Amino acid sequence: MANSENKSLTKKAKKQPLSNTTLLLTITICTFFGMYLLGMAIWGGGFLNPQQFINLFNNNAYLIVIACGLTIVMITGGIDISVGGTIALITMTTVVVMDDFGGGIFTSILISLGIGLAMGLIQGYFIAYLKIQPFIVTLAGMFFTRGMTTIVSKVPRTAVHEAFVALKDHYIYIPFIGIHRHGNWIPSYIEIGAIISILVLVALWATLKWTRLGRNFYAVGGNQESALMLGINVQRTQFISYVLCGILAGIGGFVYLTHTGAGNASNATGAEMQAIASSIIGGTLLSGGVGSVIGTLFGVLSLKTINIIVVASGLREPYWQSITTGLMLAFFIVLQSVILDQRKKKLGNIAG
Amino acid sequence: MANKFTNWVKKLFQSQLAIPIIALLILVIFNLIRDPSFFSIVIMKNNLGNSVLSGNLISILNGASELVILSIGMTLVTSATKGQDISIGAAAAIAGSVFVKILRAGSINAGTILLGLILGCIVAILFCLFNGILIAKFNIQPMIASLILYTAGRPIAYWINGGATPNVDSPLLTYIGGFIPHIAIPTPIIIVVIFIVLINLLLKKTTLSLYIQSVGINERAAKLNGINPVIWKLVVFVILGVCVTMAGSINVCRIGLINHETILLDIEMDAILAVAIGGNSLAGGKFKLSGSILGAYIIQALTITLYAMKVSSTAVKAYKAIVIIIIVVAGSPVVKAWLSQFKDKIVAKKEAR
Repeated sequence: MANSENKSLTKKAKKQPLSNTTLLLTITICTFFGMYLLGMAIWGGGFLNPQQFINLFNNNAYLIVIACGLTIVMITGGIDISVGGTIALITMTTVVVMDDFGGGIFTSILISLGIGLAMGLIQGYFIAYLKIQPFIVTLAGMFFTRGMTTIVSKVPRTAVHEAFVALKDHYIYIPFIGIHRHGNWIPSYIEIGAIISILVLVALWATLKWTRLGRNFYAVGGNQESALMLGINVQRTQFISYVLCGILAGIGGFVYLTHTGAGNASNATGAEMQAIASSIIGGTLLSGGVGSVIGTLFGVLSLKTINIIVVASGLREPYWQSITTGLMLAFFIVLQSVILDQRKKKLGNIAG
Repeated sequence: MANKFTNWVKKLFQSQLAIPIIALLILVIFNLIRDPSFFSIVIMKNNLGNSVLSGNLISILNGASELVILSIGMTLVTSATKGQDISIGAAAAIAGSVFVKILRAGSINAGTILLGLILGCIVAILFCLFNGILIAKFNIQPMIASLILYTAGRPIAYWINGGATPNVDSPLLTYIGGFIPHIAIPTPIIIVVIFIVLINLLLKKTTLSLYIQSVGINERAAKLNGINPVIWKLVVFVILGVCVTMAGSINVCRIGLINHETILLDIEMDAILAVAIGGNSLAGGKFKLSGSILGAYIIQALTITLYAMKVSSTAVKAYKAIVIIIIVVAGSPVVKAWLSQFKDKIVAKKEAR
């Protein structure tokens, strides 16, 4: 019985091999749920509280948004390391405008998107049309935004605008999900930023899956020359990917602000590397052509869950989190490389 | 003779070194106009009573030491692996921590310093080889592979010493990080010069440079010609390990303590920039060490210039970014093509007249 099942499985696999994207995605999702269930089984407590799960979204909404942007850029074969700096610049500028120049929520959104869009347009032009290495351009972008942040304001600022603070502290309580504690029913809440991030994620997922633009991203990243021969405007596609990443960094900046409500030069330090790490764990390859935003979401969640697990297991010193993150990255990177190598040998180049 | 000289200048300006040299010249001229005494070098007595050279030029050369050493390592890595190692700052922190650990274990004398350097070197080489094996054996893109150590490196450095900022204090260390008595030139400059000479001898007198470049240009062709790409990539990472140790220990000696969070922070970015400003392709293959070294000095000169203009240390980055973009845009193939088209048009117009 088992044998025949096995056979039919292999037959199926032979007929329609999973694409690399799907395979890597499956691994990531399994890992995340495995880790979370392990957490529930061993430490219980916090892990059993649905709020803990929702907090993964609440606390990391900005990371989900920018990691999606990086995924798109990485699918087209590029890289963008300026997003963390862009977030810092956006938070600082927005808070300063709100506090000193009487801006409101609408202006904040406008500023966030404006800065993000400007960074995306400029960097995209340099990379796609002037053919300068993306790493160098976005590195300059990172230096520029980090430097500008301190030019805008040297001291950390906190938003005091009434309507904005109300928006920041507005928790949306979810009916039916919650926990009984000391006889009281405590419903779980979700922040506005988390909802924005989920909406962005869904929109991007649909774009990548069903639109021509989305397919162009994969084609350009997979093989530039054959994409060109298929009649795809490679330069424009690359340009759009950076513009999109910039806009997402803008949204990410606003989301960051709705979570912390403060402008600080050290905001989102290292966020770009965390976003890249999330994309990699989610199965995006830096060489381009492979990846998905759903994978990236689970990449972010896995990255943050392992940190919670490390703290729960008693290793409270902060350096343990970095070390375990590094180990997890190493595990995924090696796993991906081994799997892709094996498949290349087995299937040739069928699976794209 | 004059003809020969103009020919030489022409050749230089057609090579990849043209843009970095022009950038450096513009920086120098800008500084001379802004403040004619910018490059003056004076002899001062430091607090140990030695007469030493000081001035902006010296501080540029001195301050760039770590960056020059690391950008040499980065150039070789870029050439062979077609990618960049972004963990060198973290690796330098680890090497520095090992160095400090050994120094703090016993009394500081020439023996322990040497032992610390050697042990630091071994540890750094091991960590660099970890990256190297991921890159050479598993064919992982260098940036991704080194992201692991980038994330975990500094915490490991913290863990080695177990304290936040352990300090070391000895006149012997100031000899390395500052001045040797009766020698007016800062020691890091001397170390860098010796290192550049040694690495050039190594590259020129052995087949190392040829092998590294052939692995970077075409790995398959190199393999077919009997050059084992894996081994040569690993060799490059061993050299990087040595560079990292030197940079880390010079920095420790200079400051007298190690802070795992801030030691050589963001230096990997500057080193990659130095490689790119020097006209080397970040996609590997052929390289010119002189370009990267020049690039490193340009970055430091830019920083010192901005400091001299009273730009705050945190805002320096923004101005630096603008200059970097101008340099790389000037060096981009598309802009070069535009310029030559423009030149042709002018020539055609002149001829039409």
